[in-house]
Amino acid sequence: MKACVVVFPGSNCDADTYHALKEVAGFDTDLRWHGDTDLEKYDLIVIPGGFAYGDHLRAGAIAHFAPAMRSVGEAAKRGVRILGICNGFQVLLEAGLLPGAMLRNDSLQFRHQWVDLRVESTETPFTAACGQGQVLRMPIAHGEGNYFADPETLRQMGHERRIVFRYSDEEGNVDPAHNPNGSAENIAGIIDEGGNVMGMMPHPERCSESILGGTHGALIWRSLGL
Amino acid sequence: MSVSNYRVTVIVRPLDEVVDPEGDTIELGLHQLGFEGVANVRSGKVIEMVVSAADAIHARSLATEMSEKLLANPLIERFDIEVGQGSVTQQ
Repeated sequence: MKACVVVFPGSNCDADTYHALKEVAGFDTDLRWHGDTDLEKYDLIVIPGGFAYGDHLRAGAIAHFAPAMRSVGEAAKRGVRILGICNGFQVLLEAGLLPGAMLRNDSLQFRHQWVDLRVESTETPFTAACGQGQVLRMPIAHGEGNYFADPETLRQMGHERRIVFRYSDEEGNVDPAHNPNGSAENIAGIIDEGGNVMGMMPHPERCSESILGGTHGALIWRSLGL
Repeated sequence: MSVSNYRVTVIVRPLDEVVDPEGDTIELGLHQLGFEGVANVRSGKVIEMVVSAADAIHARSLATEMSEKLLANPLIERFDIEVGQGSVTQQ
């Protein structure tokens, strides 16, 4: 598995993600700058968390014009696995590689906490090592994670089993009380029609080793290595 | 072809069907200040610029293209454009 993490001005989870991919997952991993366009050799491209271009205008709005994102779009069409984490998810939405948009959290607060997530689909390359309905514990850290899509898009994604994670309680019950940001249908992660581009708000790279307080994030890397 | 500089204002608003937590919070604050007759507060953004164009119609069409490509996200926002009368100095 040859992987890269695309670094934008304002990314701040790039080093953690690089560490998780290289040291925990054991992937041959590079850090690539947002101006790079030669991303053809990678099997996995990760857009990390942070505040790319300061999140000015809208989170991800400027980043999706970066030269590297053209290569990411081409790679997505070829079936290369693309993972957007937090700000990376926002970038993939602005780029149109995933449907929907992010609104400000309904609380208006920046939410930085551990959450429980129910795995809604194990039929993805990112969750194949998880159990169906398994509850994962991961940290979130965002101010704009309030996922929005029109009702038809939500219905279609549900029908096609493209909603990968929902915020839940520790038993896996999905309800409004365990929705940290107001996301439609408690959505925390989705995958594209082709099944190779996933966005998720929680941070698997922050919970891939026991020293960090949790290891469920490693399930994502284990899935990718299958 | 001669070009002039036009002062252009783009107003970006959340779509009516999209929740606007910021607008809701502003409304709450206004109520707490005693402005109880305030409702339907919506919060957006204003983007001002000076645009070189052949005429005001051209300036508007450029601003429309900018709004569609970058300034607004059509899934959650709509936009209105104002083009100032006459040319201004571009600094």
